Amino acid sequence: MSKQFAVFGDLFEEAIRAGLTAIQTQHPGFYYQEAARYAIARKQLCRGLCPAELKYPASDPLAEADKMEYYGQRPWRQGHQSLEAPSVQKEREGIQALQYRECQVDHSWLVIPLLSSAIAQFKKYKSPRMKRYLVVQMGEEYYHAKDYSKALALLGRVTWEYRSERWWSILTNILQLSLRCAYLVMSFEEYVTVSIELMGRYAQVPREEKIRIQMNLHKIFQDEVPEPEHGCEHDSVEKGRALWTTISAGGKSRSPIVVEMNSITAFVECKACFTADSFLCESPVTVKLGLHSFAPMPIRFSQLSVRFSNEAYNQFGIVVDENAVDDPIESTSYLKPGQTLWHTFQFIVEQDDVDCNLSIAGVDLVLGSLEGCCATLRWTDGGGDAIVHPFATQVHRKKVALNADFSVVSWDVLPSNYSTHISPREANLDVQLLQKGPALVNEFYLMTVSITNTEVAQISNVRTSISVVTAVADAVATAQPNTFLYEDIDLPCSQLISMPLLEELKPNQKVDNVAYVRCVDSGARLMCIQVSYQIPIDISGKMSMCNCMKEITSSIEVCEPFNITVSLTNMKFEKIEKVQLGEAFLSRMEVKCLSPWPVALQGSSLNLAKLVKFADEESLSQLTDVSLKQNDCAVEFRCLLSSGQTPSEIDIGSYSIEWRRVQNGAAVPFASTTVSLPTVEAEPIPLSLHVDMPAYGHMKAVLPLTYLLHNQTPFVQDMEIAMESSEAFMLSGHKQLFFRILPDSQHILRYNLFPLFPGYVTLPRLRVNMVRYSGVLDQLLSSVVPTHIFIKPFEKKVSA
Amino acid sequence: MAVCVAVIAKENYPLYIKTLPNENELKFHYTVHTSLDVIEERIHSVSKNTNDLRELYLGLLYPTEDYKVYGYVTNSRIKFIIVIESTNATIRDNEIRSMFRKLHNAYTDMVCNPFYTNGDIIEST
Repeated sequence: MSKQFAVFGDLFEEAIRAGLTAIQTQHPGFYYQEAARYAIARKQLCRGLCPAELKYPASDPLAEADKMEYYGQRPWRQGHQSLEAPSVQKEREGIQALQYRECQVDHSWLVIPLLSSAIAQFKKYKSPRMKRYLVVQMGEEYYHAKDYSKALALLGRVTWEYRSERWWSILTNILQLSLRCAYLVMSFEEYVTVSIELMGRYAQVPREEKIRIQMNLHKIFQDEVPEPEHGCEHDSVEKGRALWTTISAGGKSRSPIVVEMNSITAFVECKACFTADSFLCESPVTVKLGLHSFAPMPIRFSQLSVRFSNEAYNQFGIVVDENAVDDPIESTSYLKPGQTLWHTFQFIVEQDDVDCNLSIAGVDLVLGSLEGCCATLRWTDGGGDAIVHPFATQVHRKKVALNADFSVVSWDVLPSNYSTHISPREANLDVQLLQKGPALVNEFYLMTVSITNTEVAQISNVRTSISVVTAVADAVATAQPNTFLYEDIDLPCSQLISMPLLEELKPNQKVDNVAYVRCVDSGARLMCIQVSYQIPIDISGKMSMCNCMKEITSSIEVCEPFNITVSLTNMKFEKIEKVQLGEAFLSRMEVKCLSPWPVALQGSSLNLAKLVKFADEESLSQLTDVSLKQNDCAVEFRCLLSSGQTPSEIDIGSYSIEWRRVQNGAAVPFASTTVSLPTVEAEPIPLSLHVDMPAYGHMKAVLPLTYLLHNQTPFVQDMEIAMESSEAFMLSGHKQLFFRILPDSQHILRYNLFPLFPGYVTLPRLRVNMVRYSGVLDQLLSSVVPTHIFIKPFEKKVSA
Repeated sequence: MAVCVAVIAKENYPLYIKTLPNENELKFHYTVHTSLDVIEERIHSVSKNTNDLRELYLGLLYPTEDYKVYGYVTNSRIKFIIVIESTNATIRDNEIRSMFRKLHNAYTDMVCNPFYTNGDIIEST
């Protein structure tokens, strides 16, 4: 039957290769599995039916078996029709021969390749559990084939999966088989591990079994030979027993083994926790370790040790039991079944570990005697096992407080807290940032850090540092720092400054440190001040230096000091939008003080662009030594000239003022604020007109007037001028004139005016008309030409 | 009559397995365990479509080894598995469905029990 199935499986495989698709429930693997199953059945039947000792009968009934026509026919029956066997003796011999032949067949080696091909098929079709089941069957076959180490290896591979899926009965079956294999091969580590797991609470073995296994473990640790397992074959048992005896008789102890407890469910469970989530550095750290045993009989351990992340504390976590292993004296290492044993460890942390997390790296429990053979049961991370409660439902259970009385809480609910934080000692220092805010943009702002020692004892090694806290959003937006710290005016700036070290500070003593900050734009700034010092403290009778640190953040408001507006006017102080090339214009700078502090202006300067220059040779600031309070305004005018040739948008330049707070005095240097002047459109005018006239006139005195007309165009221009009369003056000069101006040359018109009335009188208006650009010129020139003049009156004499 | 009944939790471990007493219990454990493979595949392929109520009943998982295995998944991923002998041909699909419905009702009753915490092994008299 099995051969049939195997052949069908091969055919199926071929068909798949040829293109037939198979699904998970119908593929060659099943057929291989069936083949294997039938082979196993055959083997079992053979075992049952054929007696072990058999020899080939004297006569050879099967001599002609190959010559039969049909498969399975028996040669001695040939030629008879009836159902009854002709000769009982021959029948018996024939059957004996067949049985003998059957015994010769090595069944296991038929089954194993079938199983491996079945496994391959199932793997291909993604049935992991079926695959595992087949691996278990293969393990069993290896066991029957007496290849115990291979069986052990195979079974070991699948146990973790069954364990994590919590199929306890299957797991127990596998573990029992593994135990037998381990015993027969004398694999010490495997034997101990499997025994430990079989004694655990999830293994479904009866109590007597567990007791027996525990007894065997005991015997091992006392260098004796354990009893053989049930269900093993006799000769294998003899071999195994011989192996165990040679080792123990040889006198050399077996090397201690380490059992990883986190991956198995054992008979002893360990839970370690810190009694609090965080400890102060001066209080001792307490660790509670609980061991709970599910073994049927009491068991004693030789040593319990706890390993921490910082190895220096390992020495505090060791409990050694000096009694002999089977001494029923109760002590701290004697675990009764169902009982929890608690150990508490306490120690002081070192200064280096302050502000760190301290965690339990692992727990080691030693079974057996330390001098002889022993097994170290190792847990990592404070306990737990293969099923570290993956239930989401665990969150519904109430959490047990860490410092509660653990002896009344049931084992399953206990928390396991294996990491704790050592928090540093609270600093008892008064740190303040004194400032007279708000600060102004670009000024050197004075801050004072004042430290007062409010501790009882004297502190030493006081270190202060100031730094700017940048918010994350700021860091992305501004690539360059916008705040600069200065320790002193002359020193370069930095983002973090450290004050000089103070050797000691007596209680209630105060010290002040000065720093400057300069901010480039407005807003709020966060300053972080850190003060660290050392203070001797008493930790359980021992004096040691403890590092403390106090950190405060303080915010500084920064606001703009001035609101500077710039506008352009023409020479008559009227606002203009456009500027004429070559014509002078005025730029009006209005500085409005926004700072709440009175500000003293040192001076102002204009940095002009290429195409613009000062109309005068030197231009002084009109704002020197001006002091402004809040909401005061300072205005200054500068006369500028655009010197380009082509019409364009010209950039005038930038305007900067130097200032400082009045109250700071000369200690703080001046800060400067710069504003850029607007760009203005410059247009060329074809004709520029300058008027040369005195500032005022006298009655009955001649007032000379000179008009200079300059031709800005590269062409010859025809000009027409007309001088209008005015009531206030008598005029002598050209009333109407036609003339020509050559390119880039000028024409001078002279007039003499004779004022008739005193006062602010209207000047006679000159109308200029260029033939080519008629009508345009008037408007342009009207802003340039002065329209009024002041005429001084006579001296008043009292006439008689 | 069903030969074996099993209730499997969401994390694929058995909440309750019961077989007829004279049978080889271990073998049934293995059968149920391996049929979980098929169920998993069905769940994952169905979850791509919209979850239809009718899909709760997975039907005949696979006929192997003289047994038929039927599966049923609830919306909270609790799986019910029934194993029936192949020789018992008189059992029809409807009867299987009604068996599953009764199982589901019994399970919901148990979950409503305030003394039952989710994830515990089911112990039944």
